[in-house]
Amino acid sequence: MSPDRTPEHPTTTGPAPGQATAPAHGRTATAERGQDVIHNIGYRGYEGPRLGRSYARRALFTQSLRGSYGLGRSAKSKVLPMLLFATICVPAAILVAVAALTKAKELQVGYAEYVLLMQPLLGIYLAAAAPQAISMDLRFKTTPLYFSRPMERSDYVAAKYAALSAALFLFTAVPVLIMYVGALLVKLDFSDQTKGAAQGIVFCALFALLHAAIAAWIAALTPRRGFGVAAIIVAITVPYFLVTALQGIALTSDNSSAIGWLGLGSPGTLLDGIQSRFLDGRSGFPDAQTLTGSQGAVYLAVFVALVACFYALLLRRYRKAGL
Amino acid sequence: MIAIESLSKRFPRVTALDRLTVGIEPGVTGLVGANGAGKSTLIKILLGLSPATEGSATVLGMDVATQGGAIRERVGYMPEHDCLPPDVSATEFVVHMARMSGLPATAARERTADTLRHVGLYEERYRPMGGYSTGMKQRVKLAQALVHDPRLVLLDEPTNGLDPVGRDEMLGLIRRVHTDFGISVLVTSHLLGELERTSDHIVVIDGGKLLRSSSTADFTQRTAVLAVEVTDTDEHPDGTAALRTALRKAGLNPHEPAPDRALAPGAGHLVTLDIGGEAGDTDESVFDTVRDTAADLGLGLVRMEQRRHQISEVFTERSAGDVA
Repeated sequence: MSPDRTPEHPTTTGPAPGQATAPAHGRTATAERGQDVIHNIGYRGYEGPRLGRSYARRALFTQSLRGSYGLGRSAKSKVLPMLLFATICVPAAILVAVAALTKAKELQVGYAEYVLLMQPLLGIYLAAAAPQAISMDLRFKTTPLYFSRPMERSDYVAAKYAALSAALFLFTAVPVLIMYVGALLVKLDFSDQTKGAAQGIVFCALFALLHAAIAAWIAALTPRRGFGVAAIIVAITVPYFLVTALQGIALTSDNSSAIGWLGLGSPGTLLDGIQSRFLDGRSGFPDAQTLTGSQGAVYLAVFVALVACFYALLLRRYRKAGL
Repeated sequence: MIAIESLSKRFPRVTALDRLTVGIEPGVTGLVGANGAGKSTLIKILLGLSPATEGSATVLGMDVATQGGAIRERVGYMPEHDCLPPDVSATEFVVHMARMSGLPATAARERTADTLRHVGLYEERYRPMGGYSTGMKQRVKLAQALVHDPRLVLLDEPTNGLDPVGRDEMLGLIRRVHTDFGISVLVTSHLLGELERTSDHIVVIDGGKLLRSSSTADFTQRTAVLAVEVTDTDEHPDGTAALRTALRKAGLNPHEPAPDRALAPGAGHLVTLDIGGEAGDTDESVFDTVRDTAADLGLGLVRMEQRRHQISEVFTERSAGDVA
């Protein structure tokens, strides 16, 4: 039988020769008559452009980013991200309102500080978003469908990591922007606020890059969403509280020079140190300690090393996974 | 379409493919082999996802070792296992997969609507796939493999888990992928009977080696063996024995009953005999002789058929050869 790519004429009556014998046709023949007519339009090929890897990477990035907020998914899956998003924005608005009512000269909480204060909320959001973006493709074995297409494994990893980072960045940067716009509306000092907000945005980016790398790697280890959620929350919060406790002990035992070094022990305190040293913030360390010059350099180096390391682990994970 | 040249794939513990050389032409080709025969490994290599240990292969004229991305752009793949997220609809999912194949958004939506209709998914395509039956899921899996209008699709066990009706529908659909859509198909199965009906050509591999590659017609050619089924009568309590004796007198040579054949249901009433010559050029008078002989004995002639080869014989012949 010779392949015939020319579309059958829409006015053709009766089933096409190939369909007449095909058992699949039996199903449509028993269905409504209207569908039978549609069937006879015949197969049409695709001669248009095929846009390749970078296009697929961008499309996957957009789809995953939207998915992190439940967009393009069921109504049920929009509830948690949207609720969390509202929860993180409301206190920012309240801060502005307080500043307006008390006629304060500045906001009660700095921009980067605000993000750090909201860490538990960010942890929950990340623990929900990362398994959704990453574990589900493993759980439902969808990854072979990606890898049997032009994209390479590295494209997939890059798109997913970028999407998760962007989702987390938006999650933190929007409240920062709310604070900034509010601060300008209540006529706080323009240059102060602009500088502070810019530093806050930089901090949001650093925060997102590190946390997304950690969460993406954890989520890629398990196809089970529940495990992923729990593991991410534990990985982000437990070291933070542990380090904070140790720092408290260091302070009471007159060992306050150790506080800075201890801060390297968790992603949260690492970022706290960086923002207090380089972004003019107040640190949440005991005694509001700031890092020394050499500590600051080490903090930055550790930050870069951690992001690179988790990204490399993520790539390695996908070299083995799936098809 | 596909050219495979002494292809080997060795893992630390097993040899999945062992110097396999085979060419695959446009059309529907069945790839048969037991579980672990190397079918899935071969598909991975053909998609350029797993390097071969030795040898080479080209798909659509492109080298699998160096042009994997270009091959995957024009080849569709339907995996054996479930691969559909339950919380999205078939439409959304197939649109997304079309874009992953490089189709612009508008084209992806148009092709998705077309393709889902061609595989027979109508109103249900807007519902989350979690509620689909196995048959519907298989259709979506096929649709995502066809949505970018590939020149070749690789279907890994597409009838797995389907009931007999669903299986027939899927086989018909696969046939149409070639006849109506003009897309070549390589379909794997461990069920030989299915491929007899769907494929133009059959490739049998076993233990990573090529067992046989020929057209389906060659596989199922008529043989020079005639099977005759008769009833018993009061006069001849063993109808087959009487017929055998009478046929011998008439100058034909019926086979002696094989001892184990008697156990098979209905086999007790079968007489087989060589009628000489290969398919087509048999002497028609033999049929008359058999008919007259049975009538003379007063036996009821239930049926008389020229045996056809079945693909499964490829395996039985081989295992018989192993024993010898």
